[in-house]
Amino acid sequence: MTMKVFVPGDSAARSVGADAVARAIRAEAARRDASVDLVRNGSRGLYWLEPLVEVATEQGRVAYGPVSASDVPSLFDAGFLRGEEHVLSHGLTDSISYLANQERLTFARVGVVDPLSIADYRAYGGLRGLERALAIEPASVISEVTESGLRGRGGAAFPAGIKWKTVHDTQASQKYIACNADEGDSGTFADRMLMEGDPFLLIEGMVIAGLATGATEGYIYLRAEYPDAYRVLTEAIRVAYEERLLGDDILGTGNRFHLHLRLAAGAYICGEETSMLESLEGKRGEIRYKPPLPAIEGLFGKPTVVNNVLTLAAVPLILDRGAAYYAGFGTGRSRGTQPLQLAGNVARGGLFEKAFGLTLRELIHDWGGGTATGRSVRAVQVGGPLGAYVPHWQLDTPLDYEALAERDAMLGHGGVVVFDDSVDMAKMARYAMEFCAIESCGKCTPCRMGSVRGVEVIDRVVGDQDRDKNLVLLEDLCDTMIHGSLCAMGGLTPYPVLSALRHFPEDFEPREGAGGGAGGDERRRAGGALRVVS
Amino acid sequence: MKTSETASAPAAWDPERARAVIREHKELPGALLPVLHAVRDTFGYVAPEAVPLVAEELNLSRAEVHGVLTFYHLFRQSKPGRHEVWICRAEACQAMNGDGVAEHASQRLGTDFHGTSEDGRYSLEPVYCLGNCALAPAAMIDGRLHGRLDAARLDELIAELEENG
Ligand SMILES: Cc1cc2nc3c(=O)[nH]c(=O)nc-3n(C[C@H](O)[C@H](O)[C@H](O)COP(=O)(O)O)c2cc1C
Ligand code: SF4
Ligand code: FES
Repeated sequence: MTMKVFVPGDSAARSVGADAVARAIRAEAARRDASVDLVRNGSRGLYWLEPLVEVATEQGRVAYGPVSASDVPSLFDAGFLRGEEHVLSHGLTDSISYLANQERLTFARVGVVDPLSIADYRAYGGLRGLERALAIEPASVISEVTESGLRGRGGAAFPAGIKWKTVHDTQASQKYIACNADEGDSGTFADRMLMEGDPFLLIEGMVIAGLATGATEGYIYLRAEYPDAYRVLTEAIRVAYEERLLGDDILGTGNRFHLHLRLAAGAYICGEETSMLESLEGKRGEIRYKPPLPAIEGLFGKPTVVNNVLTLAAVPLILDRGAAYYAGFGTGRSRGTQPLQLAGNVARGGLFEKAFGLTLRELIHDWGGGTATGRSVRAVQVGGPLGAYVPHWQLDTPLDYEALAERDAMLGHGGVVVFDDSVDMAKMARYAMEFCAIESCGKCTPCRMGSVRGVEVIDRVVGDQDRDKNLVLLEDLCDTMIHGSLCAMGGLTPYPVLSALRHFPEDFEPREGAGGGAGGDERRRAGGALRVVS
Repeated sequence: MKTSETASAPAAWDPERARAVIREHKELPGALLPVLHAVRDTFGYVAPEAVPLVAEELNLSRAEVHGVLTFYHLFRQSKPGRHEVWICRAEACQAMNGDGVAEHASQRLGTDFHGTSEDGRYSLEPVYCLGNCALAPAAMIDGRLHGRLDAARLDELIAELEENG
């Protein structure tokens, strides 16, 4: 009997040896004359268990992990092909509490299916959303999306249905759907997991967006740091054309949608939507003035829906199950589920998709198991490099748009980066400014110059050079950046800086060895201790 | 970065080859990025000599091409070392002693960040997130992602590179 074995082909799983495990299983099976059908699935998102090997049994899929190639003979000895016990066994995958306690709507198939099998995709509910969208009026598709309460998952949380309606209502010879797959925020990897693990879902979402708005061309702007996602998407798009999910006759209905995959080139700012559009047009990724909104004048000057991967990937289910089903999850004006990404110094990092409303404490302690180092949590950065640091005494904050905004924080793309008590918050503040200096598009002065000055000023504060004066200067600088920047890069960088300063002022005390009016050498030394980017 | 691990070794600069590569992509809407990617994939970098060719083929000024080329961190303009080592310097990796790994990489490879070792073997670049933040610290070596790094693991990976030439 042929046994089905799953070894993730997800790039993070591969980064810790999944390929070697897959090779070892094939070799060992051949040696023992065991018949194994090995599938390279996406990741379940239980990254501390990767490489996570699963075997399909009559009771369900049984999980083993983290498996290394050298464990493979003992797994065979123990009878893992029948789901037998082994020290690395976790029982039925679906019963692992981290997974069992999630509400996987968008990630329902990720880690379950063979990412490039359209048969799997259909068998697990794929294409039902598209079929429904094809059967109803574009305006009804848009109402479903609006009523579901879906807001942009890329960071700005703008209601998706309203954006779609603007594009729908704007007359033009050509319209576009541009998927933002630049995923530049530290601590985020959900777009990557989805594109590697269930690429047809994104394609289906984009086709539905095209049908709803009258756009017949789509672009995916993918960050160049994701070569595996590039490979999977390239192949998925090819299959999708073959299966008439894409092309001039979508599922035989005569509707058109063509999809192009484009690679970014390592500029964080190109995740901002207008910068992304410039980049797609082959230009420097400089921010455009708004208005006009991209929905009115976007790519190549035409009406364009710009949506994040997760926003588009939420749509097929909304069409399939109806707006009310999706809106039934969540709290307040944060409807549906949020794929949270738990990262950094955490024992059980991974993807945690759950209805809005989970608190940071529940996420980090109940599910994440606290820090990886075993020390106490000191600060958490939510929402990427432009997101505030939440101090450990505010961990009861729920992860929804409004609750975070009340604390001057933001959910962003759902990244949660945990730091233990060894973190130097002045260093993190300095890094935020430095990152802004490196990644600024250069179009406006508060951001371009302010960030460079910000680094210098923080160095002087901790170097005990005119400390009080420089602290005032830092506040002023932040204020100028917040109010004078053209986009959120310069406008939000002060949030991690100021949150670090407000919550952890003790970290901004003068450093040992730095004295008032210190000479150049000492200053450099103090600065050197803070430097992150070599 | 090589955007594909299986990419063959970069070709030596060759204007004819460059022109052919450029022509393959120049008809795309907004062709400049795909063209620069293709040049980089072929030669490992975008040589200054490529700029006039790209400009001519795409009907742009050299200044425009140069402006775009220099905007993007990925498009290096000098020949990289035989192996490109990218170390993630972003927050999630910092939270897991990414700084230590970065420092070790710099020492072990014999180059600062943004530099290439004297023997031409290694180029070392900082990157800001590789999407491997739950398995931090992370690095990408010749287009291949690695996670849960520490100094010892990095040494192993480098030793593997040295074994394979
Ligand atoms: C500096 C900066 C970087 C951004 N990076 C991304 C990104 O990587 N991915 C993304 O989807 N949105 C990013 N955004 C948000 C986009 O500008 C935009 O709001 C989003 O793509 C719209 O899609 P959504 O409504 O589906 O979220 C970024 C914004 C800024 C200011
Ligand atoms: S805030 Fe920064 S990134 Fe945004 S437009 Fe100004 S310079 Fe460019
Ligand atoms: S922060 Fe290093 S991989 Fe994301």
